[in-house]
Amino acid sequence: MNDNVTEPILSVRDLSVAFHQGGNTSLAVDRVSFDIRRGEVVALVGESGSGKSVSANSILKLLPYPAASHPSGEILFNGKDLLKASDAELRHVRGNDITMIFQEPMTSLNPLHSIERQIAEILDLHQGITGAAARTRVLELLNQVGIREPEKRLSAYPHELSGGQRQRVMIAMALANRPELLIADEPTTALDVTVQAQILALLKTLKDEHGMSMLFITHDLGIVRKIADRVCVMTKGKIVETGPTAEIFSNPQHAYTKHLLAAEPKGKPPASDLSKPVVMEAQDVKVWFPIKAGFLRRVVDHVKAVDGIDLSLRAGHTLGVVGESGSGKTTLGLALTRMISSKGRIAFVGQDIAGATFKDMRPLRNRMQIVFQDPFGSLSPRMAISDIIGEGLKVHERNLSDKERDARVAAALEEVGLDAATRWRYPHEFSGGQRQRVAIARAMVLKPQFVMLDEPTSALDMSVQAQVVDLLRDLQAKHSLAYLFISHDLKVVRALANDMIVMRLGKVVEQGSSEQIFTAPQEDYTKALMAAAFNMEAVAVPAVHQ
Amino acid sequence: MSDVVSRATVAEPRTGWLTPVNQRRLQNFKANKRGYWSFWIFMVLFLLSLFAEFIANDKPLIASYKGEILFPVVVNYPEEKFGGFLAETDYRSDFIRDEIQANGWMIWPPIRYSYNTANSNIPHSAPTAPFWLMDSQERCSGYPLGNEDPGCTFGNLNWLGTDDQARDVTARMIYGFRISVLFGLALTIASAVVGVTAGAVQGYFGGWTDLLMQRFIEIWSSMPLLYILLIIASILPSGFFVLLGIMLLFSWVGFVGVVRAEFLRARNFEYVRAARALGVGNATIMWRHLLPNAMVATLTFLPFILSGSITTLTSLDFLGVGMPPGSPSLGELISQGKSNLQAPWLGLTAFVVMSVMLSLLIFVGEAVRDAFDPRKTFR
Repeated sequence: MNDNVTEPILSVRDLSVAFHQGGNTSLAVDRVSFDIRRGEVVALVGESGSGKSVSANSILKLLPYPAASHPSGEILFNGKDLLKASDAELRHVRGNDITMIFQEPMTSLNPLHSIERQIAEILDLHQGITGAAARTRVLELLNQVGIREPEKRLSAYPHELSGGQRQRVMIAMALANRPELLIADEPTTALDVTVQAQILALLKTLKDEHGMSMLFITHDLGIVRKIADRVCVMTKGKIVETGPTAEIFSNPQHAYTKHLLAAEPKGKPPASDLSKPVVMEAQDVKVWFPIKAGFLRRVVDHVKAVDGIDLSLRAGHTLGVVGESGSGKTTLGLALTRMISSKGRIAFVGQDIAGATFKDMRPLRNRMQIVFQDPFGSLSPRMAISDIIGEGLKVHERNLSDKERDARVAAALEEVGLDAATRWRYPHEFSGGQRQRVAIARAMVLKPQFVMLDEPTSALDMSVQAQVVDLLRDLQAKHSLAYLFISHDLKVVRALANDMIVMRLGKVVEQGSSEQIFTAPQEDYTKALMAAAFNMEAVAVPAVHQ
Repeated sequence: MSDVVSRATVAEPRTGWLTPVNQRRLQNFKANKRGYWSFWIFMVLFLLSLFAEFIANDKPLIASYKGEILFPVVVNYPEEKFGGFLAETDYRSDFIRDEIQANGWMIWPPIRYSYNTANSNIPHSAPTAPFWLMDSQERCSGYPLGNEDPGCTFGNLNWLGTDDQARDVTARMIYGFRISVLFGLALTIASAVVGVTAGAVQGYFGGWTDLLMQRFIEIWSSMPLLYILLIIASILPSGFFVLLGIMLLFSWVGFVGVVRAEFLRARNFEYVRAARALGVGNATIMWRHLLPNAMVATLTFLPFILSGSITTLTSLDFLGVGMPPGSPSLGELISQGKSNLQAPWLGLTAFVVMSVMLSLLIFVGEAVRDAFDPRKTFR
């Protein structure tokens, strides 16, 4: 084993990737070199657009050739150059010696095939195992990746599994042929923190058991610290720093690495001030979706998305709502802003809006605004920034002249830290962080009192997250805004929220001042959530997720 | 990071009427050389045919009579003016021609026939062949003075022969092309308006609205179109707009599927939700946020619908249930070709015109499809 340690099983030398588009050539990866030794976990870290996924995909030649090409470099796997390998040789390597897990477990499984069939297909392809032998192996694999009662799951289809389970099935498929190298492309980004911790723990034990190597691609430094032996930091297509994990974290050399390490959302929410007026108050809010069955579509039961929540939010304060996906936190936000109907009392600046129709709500809409999660989806791609921001003004302040409206749009852009001259551009010309600023400007231009922020930072890179959090805090202080901050990211919540609600399955698990909850969580579930979020520790929670 | 400052550089007000996306589309359209040239050839042919009255007409463009400048193409002068007695002047008759020549001059269009002008000086019984298939003696033998006759000029000869009622095929072809394209365009635009509206309403509101309209469309589109056309054609007087109306009743359905699918998909987009959160009304959301999405699919469809409409009109004319008798139409020309097999120029002319027109439209359609293909840029 000892000589294996020094001998890299994968060696990437001077790898470049270029993309050709309509006569233009852009270099996505610029002469990148790294080695992976047997049994080692190497992490490729960088923000979106840094070229880390492109590098990983070129190992198995999964890029859209011929639009992509490799001007230079070689990828030596056990001494053989994969870039020069024929298609037949590559097919033998793919799924057999080197396997991949992708970010999105929702789309990487074929929705029309059962779990058994998907895993058995790989066994059949590379080892020719079929029939009863294949079934035994599939069960063994499902056991290994920690799927409970695998016999019952064999005939399940992907939609019957949770996100974490799907990712486990993906891992089982990747392990099926005992690969020497596993490439994991952001395998936990789409998962909840508690599930993420479980998957990381699983990958680590599997790695130790099988002695395989891993190339781990991520933007999350917390994961890197937890799992990687060595780190390569990538930015703008280049590897700027390589070294053992502990060394990189304790003594970063390159400016970009330092910047990344310093990028976590910081700061404290402004102190609570109980003299401020209550902006939003709700009692016993319920959103139940009926389950209909039978010929007459009678209501037999309800999905209790939000089940009896009380809250009150003062001006200048932030209420954080945290929970895993499916806990009903977004539904709660939509109910409070009357985007969906609900039961229970909802009072906005003292006015009962629980029964208000869409039309009744229109005059209030400018005072309550929403900022959505995905800045790529929430801006209409066919409208210029000035039209996007000015749209609300056209509805609520009809008497503004074109010139006045333009001035308001420009002011709103300046306020969120964008150059007002950019208002003639289209969303696709902006980065994710800038788009989110535009989305915030769209809300702020109407001078709201209450803003619902639905995971406004989770689609953004770490360093941009910190900037957006700072921006939100500044705006809050300036306009004495009330925020309902919905997030699964506890670090961001800690930086913004005065009070918080921990939600699970539509119900409150814990509610109180965020300082108190963060320092001394009372409930087991909250504790597990904290452990997963801050230390990536998987703690057994009375199970709902597995 | 320098997230804020980096991209926000120079003030760049919107230039022109093309957004960057549309500029890229225009480039893609031009990059398809065949489609781009087809588009221009088609536009030139269509524009020329719009001025058919100035190219092929049985009235002179300008005439001078006793010192007065006349415009017979646009103004209807009674024959009394020239010493005749008809309500409308027949400028092709020998008497009027001599009268005007004696007291001034006339400038004729290149082709001296309109679509319904019968040539009374054909060498033998109609249909007659194109003049270049006859020798110079024969082609003028229908005129009183034979070869020497002043009427036997280039513009008076039948370039593509005559049909079985001695009407000039070239003139009928030009007018027939125009009416085909106009009918096609009118039908396409009208069905796009109706179809997009219906699809938009279904897709946006979904639920019962969608369900009921889908069922209605299923029933509606399973009606036998041709028989209904035959029945209606025997009740209503045939004409351009009656035909357009009947065809429209059924052709709008084609657009509903695509547009409905686009609206169903896009109504759940976050920017639509964001607009609702701003308090924007349904109509505005549909118009401003959703329609642009659906327009891509619709525009890609248009050239193909257009050529389909033209084909339908031609086949109805061929069957004799289309435009009223006497109107210039390519379908009627084909059916004449079928019943006069000894006169192949009838069928051939119609065939060439139809195939050129439809090919051009299909090529344009392919280019439009390329232009709107978002993945095209990666090739």
